[in-house]
Amino acid sequence: MTESFANQPWLTFITFAPLVGALFIMLRRMLTGTGEDGTVAPEEQAQVDKVARWVALIFTSATFVLSLGVYALYDPSIAGYQLVEEVPWLGGGINYKMGVDGISILFVLLTTFFMPICIMASWNSVKSRIADYMIAFLVLETLMIGVFCALDLFVFYFFFEGSLIPMFLIIGVWGSKGTKEFAGYSIPSRIYASLKFFLYTLLGSLLLLIAMAWMYAQAGTTDIPTLQQVDFPAGAQKWLWIAFFASFAVKMPMWPVHTWLPDAHVQAPTAGSVVLAAILLKMGGYGFLRFSLPMFPLASADFAPFVFALSVIAIIYTSLVALAQEDMKKLIAYSSVAHMGFVTMGIFTGTEQGIEGGLFQMLSHGFISGALFLCVGVVYDRMHTREIAAYGGLVHRMPLYAFLFLFFTLGNVGLPGTSGFVGEILTMTGAFKFNSWIAFFAAFGVIFSAAYALRLYRAVIYGKLEKDALKAIPDVDTRELVTLGVLMAFALYLGFNPGPALNVFSPAVDLLIENYDAALAAGGAS
Amino acid sequence: MTWEPFVVLLPLFGAMLAMPVGRALGPRAAELLTTAFVLIAAILSWVLFFNVTPVFGGEAHARTIELFTWIGSGDFVATWSVRLDSLSAVMLIVVNSVSFLVHTYSMGYMKDYGEQSRFFAYLSLFTFAMLTLVTADNFLQLFFGWEGVGLASYLLIGFWFNKKSANDAAIKAFVVNRVGDFGFALGIMAIFYVFGTIQFDEVFQAVAANAVATPWRAAEGAPIQELTIHFLSWDFHALTVIGVLLFIGAMGKSAQFLLHTWLPDAMEGPTPVSALIHAATMVTAGVFLVCRCSVIYEYAPNAAAMVTLVGAVTAFFAATVGLLQDDIKKIVAYSTCSQLGYMFFAAGVGAYGAAMFHLFTHAFFKALLFLGSGAVIIGMHHEQDIKKMGGVKELMPFTHILMVIGTIAITGVGIPGLTLFGAPFGTAGFVSKDMILESAFFGGEAGKVFGYFAFTLGILAAVMTAFYSWRLIFLTFWGPSRAPEHIRKHPHAVPDTMMWPLVPLAIGALFAGIVFYGSFVGSNADRFWNGALYSAEASHEETASTADHLNAEEVTAMRDEHDVEEAHGEAADHAPADERAAEEEHGGGHHEIPGWVLWSPFLAMLIGTFSAGWHYLRGDPLKPGMLRPGGMIYAFLKNKWYFDEIYDFIFVKPAYAIGRFLWKDGDGKTIDGVGPDGIAAVVAAGARRIVKMQSGYVYHYAFVMLVGIALLVTFILVRAGSGQ
Repeated sequence: MTESFANQPWLTFITFAPLVGALFIMLRRMLTGTGEDGTVAPEEQAQVDKVARWVALIFTSATFVLSLGVYALYDPSIAGYQLVEEVPWLGGGINYKMGVDGISILFVLLTTFFMPICIMASWNSVKSRIADYMIAFLVLETLMIGVFCALDLFVFYFFFEGSLIPMFLIIGVWGSKGTKEFAGYSIPSRIYASLKFFLYTLLGSLLLLIAMAWMYAQAGTTDIPTLQQVDFPAGAQKWLWIAFFASFAVKMPMWPVHTWLPDAHVQAPTAGSVVLAAILLKMGGYGFLRFSLPMFPLASADFAPFVFALSVIAIIYTSLVALAQEDMKKLIAYSSVAHMGFVTMGIFTGTEQGIEGGLFQMLSHGFISGALFLCVGVVYDRMHTREIAAYGGLVHRMPLYAFLFLFFTLGNVGLPGTSGFVGEILTMTGAFKFNSWIAFFAAFGVIFSAAYALRLYRAVIYGKLEKDALKAIPDVDTRELVTLGVLMAFALYLGFNPGPALNVFSPAVDLLIENYDAALAAGGAS
Repeated sequence: MTWEPFVVLLPLFGAMLAMPVGRALGPRAAELLTTAFVLIAAILSWVLFFNVTPVFGGEAHARTIELFTWIGSGDFVATWSVRLDSLSAVMLIVVNSVSFLVHTYSMGYMKDYGEQSRFFAYLSLFTFAMLTLVTADNFLQLFFGWEGVGLASYLLIGFWFNKKSANDAAIKAFVVNRVGDFGFALGIMAIFYVFGTIQFDEVFQAVAANAVATPWRAAEGAPIQELTIHFLSWDFHALTVIGVLLFIGAMGKSAQFLLHTWLPDAMEGPTPVSALIHAATMVTAGVFLVCRCSVIYEYAPNAAAMVTLVGAVTAFFAATVGLLQDDIKKIVAYSTCSQLGYMFFAAGVGAYGAAMFHLFTHAFFKALLFLGSGAVIIGMHHEQDIKKMGGVKELMPFTHILMVIGTIAITGVGIPGLTLFGAPFGTAGFVSKDMILESAFFGGEAGKVFGYFAFTLGILAAVMTAFYSWRLIFLTFWGPSRAPEHIRKHPHAVPDTMMWPLVPLAIGALFAGIVFYGSFVGSNADRFWNGALYSAEASHEETASTADHLNAEEVTAMRDEHDVEEAHGEAADHAPADERAAEEEHGGGHHEIPGWVLWSPFLAMLIGTFSAGWHYLRGDPLKPGMLRPGGMIYAFLKNKWYFDEIYDFIFVKPAYAIGRFLWKDGDGKTIDGVGPDGIAAVVAAGARRIVKMQSGYVYHYAFVMLVGIALLVTFILVRAGSGQ
């Protein structure tokens, strides 16, 4: 009984559950009656919007609950893949294969956890094309869960690249106003941002695709666990590594291919920024751990210094740039790049602290950075500006908001006791073992983050409340309080007791390191 | 669950409850609640102090209570613990007692300001963080407390968030401290790299036993005391690297020379905060850290020399700046900075007991001076400029007496050579400061680097200490009043809750030296510290005597069982009398002290006191004296050696400028210019079409993209198929 219960394709269920919601909304809209002139009556439109909102909330929440069930079936003490499902798909050894291990399971949960939050954050702030918007988010959720569950190269590719589309739309359609000179044309800045996002990612995807095709041709399979056992020749590993790196580095994003991120964040609606920061960025780090390190260990070791260089440049460079920002979202976006620098630095040390720290940092950054974007959304919804200088003295009118924002600011600074600290100290410890220069440079990020984060907080929250526009600004409402409160609880709990996450990572990471070291030893000997 | 953790946790409960309770039942309830919790914690601390240390005879019961694992990643394991040994017990009573008195005092002080609940929540939060710091059993928990007190300090300095200067000071304090933490964090990493652990016992025992340490992936290990590691691009003595990095952290937290700039600005916070955090407790965390790691500094003479050097320079430098300040709080702040310098150079020459002793006595008289100043500020209607005071003696006679007691304590009034119950006769500051200066002298004699240097600067600083301390008294309390008439006629009433906490502090300032001399530095010191402070010299003697009774393996086994101290104690009991004498000689003041060394601190005090009197008690106290306004020395000292200006020019402005440059020219022109924008310019025609599409339906995009994906997948499949 329990055996058959556990053998159900649970991962497929949670992956596609949101898609069912999306279909449901589409169906409802198809049934919408139109008037004589082909327009929808306002009452009818309101009805559709309401259904869209509730369906989205119900389906994302249900998916979250289901994913908790999946987690209950998952045994964290086992190192390998679990809950594996496999059915033939395209033939020729390309199967639809899903499964999770210690590296991916928590990111599945992170995704399902954040989606209801995103839907709630968009509840009132999105005003146009609500049904389309909800569909885009539901589709996006399916694709993101798929990325973390896929155990076949092409299944992964499908989800990984597919997730680009809804995100592209979310930025391009529901992004903010303003125009931008681009290639001789004056175009809306949200279109510029989504194009930039697309262009960058496209470059990486093409290389990734070619590399995958080559691997398939070589190994005759696209099965990820199998490919992780294949010893690709050292020379080929280099090229494959570069191709994969191009794609994942853009997603992270690493310096110098990070410039799409601040634009994307600034233009995206609040929930779009949250998803981007909390989940989409994590696909890059996940990719390094799922593909680069296990499949191309020799190349990873060879290129590690290069990655370290880019990582510490990212940490110092983007921290300094964050110091000069005038837009709240841009500042947080740049700080995201710096924090992701710790992740790539940690992962490529190949040490237990480095990799676990990198994974933890990704998780923690999801909570803290996601919450920070929600915090910006709170005041943006009220004032419709993200300009730092437009605020000041909010503590007088919004004490609760001031408290929550302070907490997440401190998390961003990496204060011990918040989850932000654990990832930073572990990745730096791993880096120090490897080469103290890396830790030395990365530690500058610790100083700069305090400077830019506290500067932002001071400018927005402290001081006298002098601007007339702000004199009637209301404090956070219940919905906002609950959302931010839950995120705070997570960031605080994991800050004091990161064990529940680290213990899930560790068997998978141990195995990864074992294979990695063995491959290096063998590669060095031959 | 044992009761000991509550010593640490009670203030945390207070901090968490203060705001809700304040909201529900009013600020008074929040004040009483937090104060009561800290009072209980303070009482428990004293109980623990007598239990853990053999302070007046009795048994020692050092122990560590592990609560649960905080971070565990491979061998990198940090636990939440409450480590109770002599060192943490001393810190516990200092922190909790002063915190309780400051809580009580604040009930009066904050009455007119409002927002008491928030203030008391912060105070209790600080207390909690400081307690986790001192009871840490590993470097990471210590770092947690370290950053936690930094946070509380940030919140309290910026407590009055409407003031721009307060906000600036708060950020400055946090960021400058982070510069120190930069070093501290690297130190922790270096420790893990070398030892493979960050637990105190394992690290300290490895160093003491000179165990073989093999850094991560090093080809071969070496005895830790000789081990060199590759740090950055050079090979260094491992313990020196660790010692220096940890000390950089200590320099930030304890406002030592070069990283001191935040402390005077921190006076923007309410005065009780200055007393608790920026005088008695938090700023001494650096001294505590060096003492906690005494075993590392004992075997890293160069790092210890750095501690001595920086401490001595700070003692001197801060005293020079203190000479000419007019803000009553800033004088006391620079005085704190200077006194911390004394503690550091004592630790640097290996006199950890003396450093801790001065930390202990300093807590009494400096908290007294700050809280007394706070009473004056309230009485004078929030005036802080002592040039606008004078004659306050008449208005606030009781405060005057207490401030004079604080002053004779800090300047070190006493009678050299006279002993009472085996302790030197004098105020707390006299006993502990003389102990430090003597230790520095003997350190110099024993060949410690910078020993004589520290002694000399220490004596000079003592002259200036007496000068600025009495200057404060003379200008504030004595002479005719320079205050406006309405203040003179109607000084603000100072509530009782602000006065009585000063009494125990005054008693401590007078007698703590005599009472605790024997335990901290005198004949009972070795038993008192019970191994919590390490001395290489004494340990070598002990090993020699222990060898008669125990073979090496047994020693190792006992070390593992964590009662190494007891083993030492027993061995010492059996040791021949002459060896015990040698041991005591190290711990106590049984050296033959040359007469001039004994008398010079006293003379320094007299010179400083009399020159202050000469300047400020004859005629108009504000007339230009030796150091005339307009002169270069005056300007140099008045502007605090121009540190703020220099740092602003070298670090702050360039950081913003570089940030802007990298943003506009790096990201904007270079990366985007060559990358996406450049490419886009080439395919501008494509862009035009996309712009047009923007008005179209969502599904058009989706469709185009899905077709694209499908085409790509097909392409792959064909390629793959043909490849086989």
